[in-house]
Amino acid sequence: MHDTDITVPLLAITDLHLSIAGREVLRGIDLTIDAGETHVLLGPNGSGKTTLFNTLVGLPGYEVTQGSVAFKGENLLALTIDERARLGVGVAFQRPPAVRGVRLRQVMEVAAGGALEAGTLDAIAGELAVAPMLERDVNLGFSGGEAKRSEMAQLLAQQPELALFDEPESGVDLDNIAVVGGAIAHLLKGDRASERPRAGLIITHTGHILQYVNADVGHVLFDGRLACEGNPLDLIDDIVSHGYEGCVECAACRQ
Amino acid sequence: MPTVDEILLTDEQRARLAEIEEAAQAAADKPAALGPDVDVARFRTVSERDRVASLASIERQIRETALMSGFVSDESERSASYFQLDRTPIYERVSEAFGGQVEVMSTADALARYPDEMLAKWWWRAVDPAKDKYTALVALHQTEGYFIRVKAGAKVEKPIQACLFVSESDVSQNVHNIIVLEEGAEANVITGCNIATDVHQGLHAGISEFYVGAGASLTFTMVHNWAEEFSVRPRTGVIIEDDATYINNYVLLKPVKSIQAFPVARCEGARSRAVFNSIVYGLADSHIDLGSETQLIGEGSRSEAVARVVSTDRSAVYSRGRLIARTDECTAHLDCRGIVQSAESTQWAIPDLASEGAPGAELSHEAAISPIAEEEVYYLMSRGVPHDEAVSMITRGFLDLEIPGLPLALRRQIDAAIAATAEHAM
Ligand SMILES: Nc1ncnc2c1ncn2[C@@H]1O[C@H](COP(=O)(O)OP(=O)(O)OP(=O)(O)O)[C@@H](O)[C@H]1O
Ligand SMILES: [Mg+2]
Repeated sequence: MHDTDITVPLLAITDLHLSIAGREVLRGIDLTIDAGETHVLLGPNGSGKTTLFNTLVGLPGYEVTQGSVAFKGENLLALTIDERARLGVGVAFQRPPAVRGVRLRQVMEVAAGGALEAGTLDAIAGELAVAPMLERDVNLGFSGGEAKRSEMAQLLAQQPELALFDEPESGVDLDNIAVVGGAIAHLLKGDRASERPRAGLIITHTGHILQYVNADVGHVLFDGRLACEGNPLDLIDDIVSHGYEGCVECAACRQ
Repeated sequence: MPTVDEILLTDEQRARLAEIEEAAQAAADKPAALGPDVDVARFRTVSERDRVASLASIERQIRETALMSGFVSDESERSASYFQLDRTPIYERVSEAFGGQVEVMSTADALARYPDEMLAKWWWRAVDPAKDKYTALVALHQTEGYFIRVKAGAKVEKPIQACLFVSESDVSQNVHNIIVLEEGAEANVITGCNIATDVHQGLHAGISEFYVGAGASLTFTMVHNWAEEFSVRPRTGVIIEDDATYINNYVLLKPVKSIQAFPVARCEGARSRAVFNSIVYGLADSHIDLGSETQLIGEGSRSEAVARVVSTDRSAVYSRGRLIARTDECTAHLDCRGIVQSAESTQWAIPDLASEGAPGAELSHEAAISPIAEEEVYYLMSRGVPHDEAVSMITRGFLDLEIPGLPLALRRQIDAAIAATAEHAM
C-alpha cells in the first residue's frame, strides 16, 4: 500500500468500549464505513444505538474506556462537536431540542458554513416542505414529522460526508416517510453524476425507510456488540420472525 | 399664545386645577410603592433660562427626524437660541410634515387652547397626581411635555419621533406628555431618550397619559439610553376604548442608576387589547424595576406581556407583570424569561394575577429564570457552530423580540446593542 489516502476508510470504529455513569453500554464495537456506503443499524430498545451516535457526534456524558474512532484518518474522539461537524459528520437527531429565538433558516445557514444560495435554500425548502417553518424557532412546537423534515433540511444544507440518521421514520406518517426517505437517498446518492456519493448510517426498527434508500449492509447491535451483519432487509425479516435473540443466534452470524 | 393662567376658565375648571394641586401637595413626600427612594429636593427644576440644549444634538435630532419623517429642515431655522426657549416651531414643522393628521404642541399650550377637553378628559385623568412624590413633582413643577393628537381615521405610517419634543440636557426633567388617538386613528410614536454625554446625574420624572379611542391603534416604543447616574421614574397610564389596541415596546440596554416604572393600561373598551414587550439588559450597578399592569375591564379584552431580561455585573432587575381581570370574558398572558450572567447580579420575576369577581377570566403566566440549556448549545455545535458562537446566537435570539413598527434606524441600534450583549455572554 503506497497511497494511504485511498485506502483509509471514511469511518473506522475499532474495539470501542463505552460506559455511561459507570455502566458499560458498548462492549467492543468494530465498524468500518467507506465513502459511498449506506449502513443500517438495528437493535432492541436500550441496546445503545443512540449512544453510539451521540459518541460519534461528540455529545458529553459518555466515557470511552477502550478502542478508537477514526474519521478520514483523524482521531474523531479528540475533536469538539463543532470540529467534527465541520470535518464532515452530520446527524439527524431522533428528538432534536427546541432553540428559542434561533430560526430554522439560521441553523441551515450555519450548517452550510455561511451563506446559503437562495436557489439552494428554496430547493431544499421545496423538497422537504419546510418553507413555512424557515422563520420559526427551530423545533419549537414542530410536529413529529416537521421535526424530522427540519433535521433533513439541515443535513441537506450541511452536505456532510458521513450522515447519521437516528430513527428517521419514527412518528412520521407514510407521506412524510416518502419525503424524508427521498431526501436521505438524495443526500447519500447524489442526483448528479459529478456529486460524490456520501456515506450514511441509519438507525431503524421497522426498515420502512429502506423502501426509499438502498442500504448496503445491516448490523445488529445486541448485548453491547455488533452481533450480526448482513443484507438489511433479510435481517429485518429475520428479526420479525425470530426476534432479536433468534436473529443473533442464527448460523450465518455465528461464523 | 396665552398661558392657562391668562385664559378664562370656568369655576369648575379652576376647582379641578386646585384639586390636582392640592392632591399633589399632599403627596409631595410620599415614597413610591416600588424602587429605591430618590431625594427629589436634590434636583431643583431647571429654569427656562438655564435650559440650554446642545445645538449639535438638536441638529442631529432634527436631521434624523427629517430623514424619518420625510421633511428637511430649513437652514435658517438652525440657530441655537431658536430652539432653546420655545419648541413651537418644531411642533409646527412636525404637524406640517404629517399633513395636518397629527397635531403637536406643548401640553401647556394644549391646556390653554383646549381647556374644556383637556381638563375634562385628559389632564391627569389616566395618572393620579397623588400616586407618589414623582407624580406630585410633575404636577407641581412641570418643566415641559408634549401633546400629540392623531385625528379620527388618520393612519399615520411614518413614526412620530417624540424625543424631539423634550430637551435632553435638563438636570431634572419633569415632563407631562399626553397622546390622544381619536376614533380609528393609527400611529406609531417613538422615543429614544438620549442623555447628552456631559450630563451624568439627574432625575427624570415623566408622566405619560395615553388615550386610545375606539378602533384606534397606538404603538409606543421607548428605547432608553440613560446616563449611569440617572434616576428614572416614569409614570404612565393608558386608557383603551372599544376595539382599540395599545402596544408598548420598551428597550433598555445601557446602565442606569435606577429606573422604576410600572405603566398601567386600562382595557376599558369591549375587545380592547394591551400588549407590552420589553427587552432589558441589566449592566453595571443598575437597579431596574420594571413591569406593567393591565386591567381587563371591557368584555372580550385581551392582553399579552412579554419580557426578556439578561442581567450581568452587579445589576439588580425586577421584572413584574400584573393582570387584573374585572370582566368575565377576557384573556391575558404573561411571558417573562431571564438569564443571569453574573454571580453578583440578581433577578426577580414576579408575575401577579388577579381575578376580581370574574369567574370566566383566563389569566396565565410563564416565568422562568434559567441559563442557556447546554443541550441547545450542543445542537448548534453539531451543525458546525463553535461553542461561544452558539451561546451568542442563543443569547441574541433570546433578546430578539419581534417589535412591530420599528424604523430601520432603531432596529439597527437595538441589533447592535443585542449583538454586544451576546458577545458579553461568551
Ligand atoms: N444519560 C444517560 N444516563 C444514564 N443512562 C443512559 C443515558 N443515556 C443512555 N442511557 C442508557 O444507555 C442504554 C442505551 O440507550 P440508547 O438510547 O443508546 O438505546 P437505543 O438503542 O438508542 O434505544 P431505542 O431503540 O429505544 O432508541 C439504555 O439502557 C439507556 O437507559
Ligand atoms: Mg435511540
